[in-house]
Amino acid sequence: MDLVAAIGLQLAYVIANLALISLGLAIIFGMMRVINLAHGEFLMLGGYTVVVATNAGVNIWVAMLIVAPLVVGIIGVIVERLLIRWLYGRMVDTLLATWGLSLLLVGLVTSIFGASTATTVAPPLGAIRIGSYSASGYELFLILITLVLLVLVWLTLRFTKLGLLARGTMQNAQMASSLGVSTSRIYMITFGLGAAVSGLAGALLAPMTGVLPTIGATYIAKAFITVISGGSAILAGTATGSVLLGGLNGIFTFIAGSTFGEIALLLAAILLLRLMPRGITGRFFRKSL
Amino acid sequence: MTFSRRSFLAGSSALALSSAPIIGRAQGSDKILFASILDLSGGLDIYGTAMADATSLAIDDINAAGGLLGQEVELKMYDAQSTIQFYTQYATQAAAGDRAATVHGGITSASREAIRPTLARFRTMYFYNTQYEGGVCDFNNFCTGSTPAQTVAKVVPYAMNKWGKKAYIIAADYNYGQIIAQWVDRFVRENGGETVAIEFFPLDVTNFGPTINKIQQAKPDLVFSGLVGGAHVSFYRQYAAAGMNAEIPIASTTFGIGNEHKLISAEEGNGLLAAYSYFEGVQNAENAAFLARMDAKFGANRATMNELSVRSYEGAMLWAEAVKLAGSIDHAEVSAALKSGLTFNGPSGPITIDPQTNHAIQNVVLGELQDQEFNIVESYEAQPPSDTQLVCDLNADPTLSTFYFENGLAAAGID
Repeated sequence: MDLVAAIGLQLAYVIANLALISLGLAIIFGMMRVINLAHGEFLMLGGYTVVVATNAGVNIWVAMLIVAPLVVGIIGVIVERLLIRWLYGRMVDTLLATWGLSLLLVGLVTSIFGASTATTVAPPLGAIRIGSYSASGYELFLILITLVLLVLVWLTLRFTKLGLLARGTMQNAQMASSLGVSTSRIYMITFGLGAAVSGLAGALLAPMTGVLPTIGATYIAKAFITVISGGSAILAGTATGSVLLGGLNGIFTFIAGSTFGEIALLLAAILLLRLMPRGITGRFFRKSL
Repeated sequence: MTFSRRSFLAGSSALALSSAPIIGRAQGSDKILFASILDLSGGLDIYGTAMADATSLAIDDINAAGGLLGQEVELKMYDAQSTIQFYTQYATQAAAGDRAATVHGGITSASREAIRPTLARFRTMYFYNTQYEGGVCDFNNFCTGSTPAQTVAKVVPYAMNKWGKKAYIIAADYNYGQIIAQWVDRFVRENGGETVAIEFFPLDVTNFGPTINKIQQAKPDLVFSGLVGGAHVSFYRQYAAAGMNAEIPIASTTFGIGNEHKLISAEEGNGLLAAYSYFEGVQNAENAAFLARMDAKFGANRATMNELSVRSYEGAMLWAEAVKLAGSIDHAEVSAALKSGLTFNGPSGPITIDPQTNHAIQNVVLGELQDQEFNIVESYEAQPPSDTQLVCDLNADPTLSTFYFENGLAAAGID
């Protein structure tokens, strides 16, 4: 029984982890159709923000939940103004441009902080006991905050004016523009929000994984696979994609080890896209966000 | 004139012929070229940058002492960017293009195996200065790093006496991890213990939660880790976050050589055991002088020195001593000098090449991690590479160029 609870918690964590690293990309790629290969580096910048902020004496919760999304959000807005806004509708060009951006950010961070960074941000919550098993209390917190984040993004898109304008602009920019919406501003804000969510995710993961300039590379492939498997509805897609792929990854990792866990995830994504080329939400939950 | 394929081929082969003497002339320059191929960017740079720093100090030291054979030694540094394909490319470039006198480098066993055959073919003397799983038997390749019989065979019995007989092994999923896991398992059994599970992880895994659950389920007395690279450092953090570091202790064959103990907090790492040929705490005059020169060259924020970086320094110095002894950079003469029992007294102590295997006979120290420093708890002098000696005899056949443990220990006739 304890084992089942411990494994259940782990499965939930694997799923939440996938949703967390994918959500920012779902906004930037799923919604705005910008192939953001610098997504992993936005996560990495979130992590570095936490390290720098906590070293400067900022409370770790403030650093993770407020400073990191703010800083990476601002970086996102700058990137959008300087680079991305010239490339809307040119998917392949965004791919090249953001790949270059990704290399630039890794290079910049390496030259500032060095190849490996001493990170003393230990998880701010202790271990919790489940019978004879123990798990990290911080993992539980990450599961909860991922849920909260999904709900927040849903509320923003569904019930605020900004959400309505953003969805309208992404669906038909010309129509939105002729109705008096400043689409350029909406693009900028949406990209900034996507970057902020990525920064928050990177910050939250920093105590669990540590930060390295190259850590983005370990996230980027999984984030894209999750978002593409999820399909066009960004929230329902990210959630169902994470549950399916993360669940399979977790189960196979338990049964056969990490290598097979990764294989199961990739194989499931390949099969899924063969059967449902438009992703899960291309067939199910089509009306959802 | 129309441009046909034939005329193009004729023209380009004429060009290739005419360019040959240009390459030949490069050899006549007044500098001896020393090539280094290491990962200075990408995920493996946590190892590579410190190794490159130590290598450049070695070249400084060689030139400060008047160079070699009256010539200055020039260091040509290649960054393989944690990509195997660049290793092959740069090894060919260093051997055939630069005509380097020697090539030092390679970090992972995969990278070593990518360049070893190329360098053997070009007869460009190759030094692999990294601790690894043993088993290379190559007339052209001097493996100066420690091997399992030198280090793992020390840490396994020490840890088992301290903590118990039931071991759980976790390792990186490529040739090093697969083979080192077999060595650990073998030493555990030799010491009357039992391995309850062996698990492997691709290098980009950052979530170790399921494994931590499995370890809790298996209830071993200790965990042996052969995890590699920046992403795998997550394991130690998550293990501590689940409160496990207080319950089941860890011994490792890799922790510390990427200065992992500086990346995680003191509480997360305290108590961990590891054995290598060097920790900064080694007490001798050479080490004190070496560290002072590193401070002077790279400042107080220089990387912590470990086996990989110190051996990169010592490997270069050992090669230089051999060139001096041979009075030449000729492959056969330098090789004979290295195998003559030549000893270099480096920061880690005396280091000598074993002529049977081209591996190093070296000192080994066992350290316990406390407050982000390894405290030396045991020292072992002049350890032979007895693992590789089981399979390799270059005295009997000096033309060998193979890697015996490629398919595991059983395939090599051990076990």
